[in-house]
Amino acid sequence: MNVTVNGGDREVAAGSTVADVVRQTSSAARGIAVALNGEVVPRADWSRRLSEADRVEILVASQGG
Amino acid sequence: MADAFTVDGVTLPSRLILGTGGAPSHAAAEAAIRASGTGLVTVALRRVDPTATGSILDVVDRCGVRLLPNTAGCFTAAQAIRTAHLAREAFGTDWVKLEVIGDERTLLPDAVELLAAAEKLVADGFTVWPYTNDDPILARRLADAGCAVVMPLGSPIGTGLGIRNPHNIALITEAATVPVVLDAGIGTASDAALAMELGCSAVLAASAITRAADPAVMAEAMRHAVHAGRLAYLAGRIPRRHHAEASTAFEGMGEL
Repeated sequence: MNVTVNGGDREVAAGSTVADVVRQTSSAARGIAVALNGEVVPRADWSRRLSEADRVEILVASQGG
Repeated sequence: MADAFTVDGVTLPSRLILGTGGAPSHAAAEAAIRASGTGLVTVALRRVDPTATGSILDVVDRCGVRLLPNTAGCFTAAQAIRTAHLAREAFGTDWVKLEVIGDERTLLPDAVELLAAAEKLVADGFTVWPYTNDDPILARRLADAGCAVVMPLGSPIGTGLGIRNPHNIALITEAATVPVVLDAGIGTASDAALAMELGCSAVLAASAITRAADPAVMAEAMRHAVHAGRLAYLAGRIPRRHHAEASTAFEGMGEL
């Protein structure tokens, strides 16, 4: 199954969840937020399964004014 | 604490807020945070950088300061609202520094989008710190919309041009119903002192500190400037006069 993660194409196993992709993308245990197709996914919903062509944004804290 | 700076029921230990953007390293950011004496620092949300080592969150934890997530880089209310919600998920805080900019050349706030985003975020339960123009009317509208503070700019972000329109900042502070935090444009310590003398409750400085040749020393300078400016404001400055007024009495002078 092909999805987009942070703007890049990625092939993930069928049935992958938001949490699976987060784990593959960042080792940070906290301070992470996820948007799926432009909508915020609360951590409690990270078990949600992804679909073909989903757009996932995985964001973390960065220096900023 | 006498003369406390309190927002949303939280008393902050300093009237200086530090923006971490622009620091050459996490170590430099940490040194600046410590030297500044601040209790509140801003952070942004960005895509995971696989090459990054360590996190600004670790720095924030070690320094024992609070986080103020920002919505930097957002051009529309919708984008800023979504970013604020993501920040709340990521950092577990309702506080947000709301930035909705109009273009990349000036990075000036887009007043229409800003007010719309502020209204929605207040309704969504956020404690909103809006970065705004030095416009007294817009500042009033933001306060009326329920923002916890208003954050007028001194001059555009990163310019270091100081406070270009001190009269407007004074108009904002004298009518304010919420704390006024001078945000953006600070170049050096005297700019921060002026902001406080004009009646601002606090100053936010990022580039002026993080991009100084020695960020930690500039952070210390800002700390003293904010404190000095605040004391001067509370003390009440003398009026400006056109002609001299002797401080030594002429009365009793000898005939020489």
